[in-house]
Amino acid sequence: MPSLLILMPLAGIMILNFAFGRTMKRSAFWFAVVLFLIQIILAIFHHPVFWSNELEMVDRFFNVSFSMDYISFIALLSIGIVSLVSLLVARCSIDNEEDRFNFINLLVIASIGMSGIVMVKDVFSLYVFLEITAAASFILIAFWRKRRALEGAFKYILLSAIATIMMLTAIALLIVLAGDPSFSVIKSALGRSSSSFMVTLAVGIFICGLFIKGGLVPFHGWLPDAYSSAPAPVAILLAGIVTKVVGIYTIMRVMISLFGFSASMGRVFMFIGALSILVGAFAALGQRDFKRMLAYSSISQIGYILLGFGTGTTIGILGAVFHFFNHAIFKSLLFVNSAAVEDSVGTTDMDKMGGLASRMPITGATSVIALLSACGIPPLAGFWSKLIIILALWKSGHVAYTLIAVFASVLTLAYLLSMQRRTFFGKLADGLEDIKEAHTRIRVASIILAAITVLVGVFFPLMFDNFILPVKDILLR
Amino acid sequence: MTINLMLLTAMIIAALWTVMGRSLLKASIGLALTSAIITILMFRLDSPLAAVFELSVCTGLITAVFVSTISLTKPLTFPEIKKLSKDRNKRFRYLPMIIILVGMALAYINLKMDFSAVREALPEGAHETDVRNVLWNTRQLDIFGQIIMILTGTFGVIILFKGTRKR
Repeated sequence: MPSLLILMPLAGIMILNFAFGRTMKRSAFWFAVVLFLIQIILAIFHHPVFWSNELEMVDRFFNVSFSMDYISFIALLSIGIVSLVSLLVARCSIDNEEDRFNFINLLVIASIGMSGIVMVKDVFSLYVFLEITAAASFILIAFWRKRRALEGAFKYILLSAIATIMMLTAIALLIVLAGDPSFSVIKSALGRSSSSFMVTLAVGIFICGLFIKGGLVPFHGWLPDAYSSAPAPVAILLAGIVTKVVGIYTIMRVMISLFGFSASMGRVFMFIGALSILVGAFAALGQRDFKRMLAYSSISQIGYILLGFGTGTTIGILGAVFHFFNHAIFKSLLFVNSAAVEDSVGTTDMDKMGGLASRMPITGATSVIALLSACGIPPLAGFWSKLIIILALWKSGHVAYTLIAVFASVLTLAYLLSMQRRTFFGKLADGLEDIKEAHTRIRVASIILAAITVLVGVFFPLMFDNFILPVKDILLR
Repeated sequence: MTINLMLLTAMIIAALWTVMGRSLLKASIGLALTSAIITILMFRLDSPLAAVFELSVCTGLITAVFVSTISLTKPLTFPEIKKLSKDRNKRFRYLPMIIILVGMALAYINLKMDFSAVREALPEGAHETDVRNVLWNTRQLDIFGQIIMILTGTFGVIILFKGTRKR
């Protein structure tokens, strides 16, 4: 029945747009809320009745077949939570009903695309869903048609098109080699001819394409512009989940289910991961725009995921998967906070702010939680995933990378504390005396995300045993 | 071979015209022309199904979408076009030289990409596979993907272009 996660939203969009016209526009918000809640519940309880059984008639008619494992559950859970939060923020940041309806349609399409990426088991369908997510993202970035947003979307389109060409070429080579696009057939075909020039070329350009889509250094040129110029709910969606699913999740998936892990690829991942951590952290230090600083911080944190994954050890990959989830939550929280600040102050320039915590206590407090989690302070969620990654690096003998990971945590603390001081702490800046706390829905969104960050950290053994540790079984297959 | 090379050259010229052209409408016509030349190339390279798709989707459907989208935008005035054109020519003035230099460098190092493995791996008569079978019996999920993609494009046009002319 996993196909329902694609078919239900698609049918919903069709009905909302074509069957009932304008009368259903107000219901679109609740339709999307229910959709994302169902996805969250299904991913949390991952009951085999839903995930393992086929919806025979529908699946046979549409010839769809999906494959689920514990990495997919983590990704689906993250997609559901971040999409729901983005929706809550959009409800109050997009005033016009028509615009909000269009936004919800595109948000649901983006979530269909991401769910498809997570569940498919053939390389061409993976490409199709990657493109659906990317196309919805371009339009969402340029949503308000402002000059900077259009520029950010254009950069994203250009670089994404280059990535697409690379991936499509790689897919063509793989299909020619294996004769079939399914992961299992390609994996066994690659196993027979792993050292050929064609295989190296296909794997190399496919991964390079995914590096661009994931915004990893040195392919990150589009990311700060896209994040900082996008409307608040779109920035939450992009930074929280889109780039992670189209970039990092897909890298993990293709390395585990398609190409198979190799030591040389591991070294490439670790180098790119470490480079992203350092470049992202140093660039974040010099920013004065709240959203731009968070964008660079995202590059840095995604580097951690890749660094852990690059070790190729079970513990490293578990740490990477766990940090994937944690980063989705605390980065979304920081972007929700930036949305709250932008909504109340009207700018994201940190030099024009100060002392906002006294006027916006919930935003200020949840921002501290996100900051501490991002820096890896116990007992919050980010601490555990970073600890696992650092332990994996140390145990696999990568001392230099371990030191980089620890050093970058200090840098993270430095730039996020600087953000907190300039924005929320200290004396209230002139002209901000009348500032009020953000809209209730934004506060609800930030409280939900802060609660997840705290609860996952405090009940770490529960989360680790039920969601993260089972990932080990996939690696042993 | 000579005809293929001539077609390739024509395709490059059409593609350059598309990206360097002054008006959006001419650019979309240039794109349709590029697609039409690709179609001929595909026919000549013995891929009639790919050619038919290129012709129907890229040359036909995409051009129709572009032209209808362009009709929703406000055209630039002549002085604006002239200024843009001047800026663009200034920006791209090194492009022909770069292309010539890269071409000379490639010719000098005599780059030979060995794709014999691809040729060997290609199954005999692969092009004869029935397109209906591919689309309706094996790749339905991708048809879904295409439907969602078209929906996304429709929302894109509504969001980005509707009301632009009014403003």
